[in-house]
Amino acid sequence: MPHRTFLWFILPSLTAMILFIALPIVSVVIQSLHVEHEQVLVTVENCGPFGCTEETRVDRAATEALREAQPLGRFNGLGTYLDRRHLATAEVAEAWRSSETMGQFWGRLMNLPFYKALAFTLAYTFIVTPLVLVLGLAIALGVNGLPRLMRGPTIFFSLLPMIVTPLIGSLVLFWMIDADGVIGATLARLFDDPNLSLKASPTLTWITIFVYGVWHSAPFAFIVFYAGLQTVPEETLEAAMIDGANRWERIRYVVIPHLMPLAVFITLMQLMDNFRVFEPIVGFQAQASATSLSYIIYSDLRGDVQQFGSAAATSVLTILGVAILLAPVLVRTWRDFNRKRA
Amino acid sequence: MGASRRSTALVVISTALVALWVILAAFPFLWTLWGSFKVQGDFFSRSDWMNALTGPLTQEQTGGAFTGQGYWGAWVESGFWRNVVNTGIVVVCTVVISLTLGTLGGYALARSGFRYAFWLLMIALVFRAMPHITLVSGYLLPFFEWNLWGHLPTAIIVLVAINQPFTLWMLHSFFLNIPKDLDESAMVDGCTRFQAFRHVIMPVMWPGVITTGLFSFLLAYNDFAVTAMLLSSENQTMVPRIASFLGSVQQEGNVMFAVAAVVSATAPLFVLILFFQRQIVSGLTAGAVKG
Repeated sequence: MPHRTFLWFILPSLTAMILFIALPIVSVVIQSLHVEHEQVLVTVENCGPFGCTEETRVDRAATEALREAQPLGRFNGLGTYLDRRHLATAEVAEAWRSSETMGQFWGRLMNLPFYKALAFTLAYTFIVTPLVLVLGLAIALGVNGLPRLMRGPTIFFSLLPMIVTPLIGSLVLFWMIDADGVIGATLARLFDDPNLSLKASPTLTWITIFVYGVWHSAPFAFIVFYAGLQTVPEETLEAAMIDGANRWERIRYVVIPHLMPLAVFITLMQLMDNFRVFEPIVGFQAQASATSLSYIIYSDLRGDVQQFGSAAATSVLTILGVAILLAPVLVRTWRDFNRKRA
Repeated sequence: MGASRRSTALVVISTALVALWVILAAFPFLWTLWGSFKVQGDFFSRSDWMNALTGPLTQEQTGGAFTGQGYWGAWVESGFWRNVVNTGIVVVCTVVISLTLGTLGGYALARSGFRYAFWLLMIALVFRAMPHITLVSGYLLPFFEWNLWGHLPTAIIVLVAINQPFTLWMLHSFFLNIPKDLDESAMVDGCTRFQAFRHVIMPVMWPGVITTGLFSFLLAYNDFAVTAMLLSSENQTMVPRIASFLGSVQQEGNVMFAVAAVVSATAPLFVLILFFQRQIVSGLTAGAVKG
């Protein structure tokens, strides 16, 4: 296809992506270097019968005018990145100096909002992703062994947790684990502890959200693996059987190698999606014990005073995180691509 | 692999595992669907979970085993129907525009042998990985400044753009499956490239377009980050409305409004899987199995 035709065909799609994906990234970088204007102060002299006093006041009109003229705020350099709510360099250095044990240092680090969110996001990404792979493979092997008639309904119900809106799925589970909900109340009765609450303890909240994450994503891995199982080469399986391989060995040496490319695909998709974990925190109302990078951006943007600079700085750091996460994939693709051309 | 060669124990274990999974996947939704027709005291019953099934309080308060109070409260009293209409508008427009842009772009990517087509796909992959909320944080300030904030068309065009990377990838892989000879012979017969695309390729592309459309639909329908942040309260769609329900409803003791709204929002997805299960499965695997 000539370059010119290609350009005309791709133009609408490319324009949309440049305007609403590439430019916003530029926009967050610029916003992150700025910070809200300080209030304009004026000193007024009040003279009364007992002499004059000086008073400092906020000049509302001037502050408004300044905001109007420069909506971006004032230039702040990397100030926002280094403050307490982001990388908190000063606080981390101080904690490092004054903590005697690693545990103490870690405890202080977890009091800083950015590191707390980063820890949860990474824990979620790297715990949920492998569990999704394992559970998805197990279900796929199980369903593959079912009689053909049963497979359709099984797939139908399996798709539900994945297709249903994440916020709605987490709400449905949230109501069930509520102290008065079916699971919450039953657990309280089982442990004979009326005050037992899955929402009160940070650890239990983390585990609940991880369970939700696996529940939500396992169907995706299951479907992809299941489709892969339909194309396992029969001859290789038969040859392995003739060579005396038992069922486990056949799975280990024939099926799993065949599914490897699919596992890479699922891992890639899951890393991207899990790194932006956000809706379950809203749905489970877990912000007190678990926040993610996406969530702290959301809460900066939602507050009474919208903190664009702060949200943008977290956004830039998040985008860097995504870049680090994707780097191995991109490097590998680059190598494959060059090898193919060579 | 003859079934006779499998040990009975293995069959029992794997069937039990699948059965357990099906219960885990389906039970929460069936439970909430059933409970949405009860009063709050039954659905959230500390004394006995059986109350949610039998509904003694529902009997007492409303005189019947089932009540539509939650639905009436949500749809009529709280005006949830307006959010349903907004969701309808946003979703239909997003799907139609996404597919129009996506088929053109996907076709070009599939037919161009040049190096930049590959790199465009790689860039699209990176764009797909961007957390939506980081993009939203880039939009908000400019949209406020240019008075674009709060309107449905703004949310639609943003959702279309966010949808593009995925749509391009999927349609590109469907177009690769259509033999090149088809459009080339049409062009030999005197069609322009666009005519070949429009009259020869598109008629055989419908299965791929429908599958991709389903996923565009899901992305627009399930979105929370974009619609919650970019729409004013009168233009809100269902999902952000349900989220804002939670805050107000809990104080008033109207949790059942939210439960009813949640079930209402799940119902279309249920129907969607019922009719398009095959397309969803093929779409999920399109990117993976073909490479």
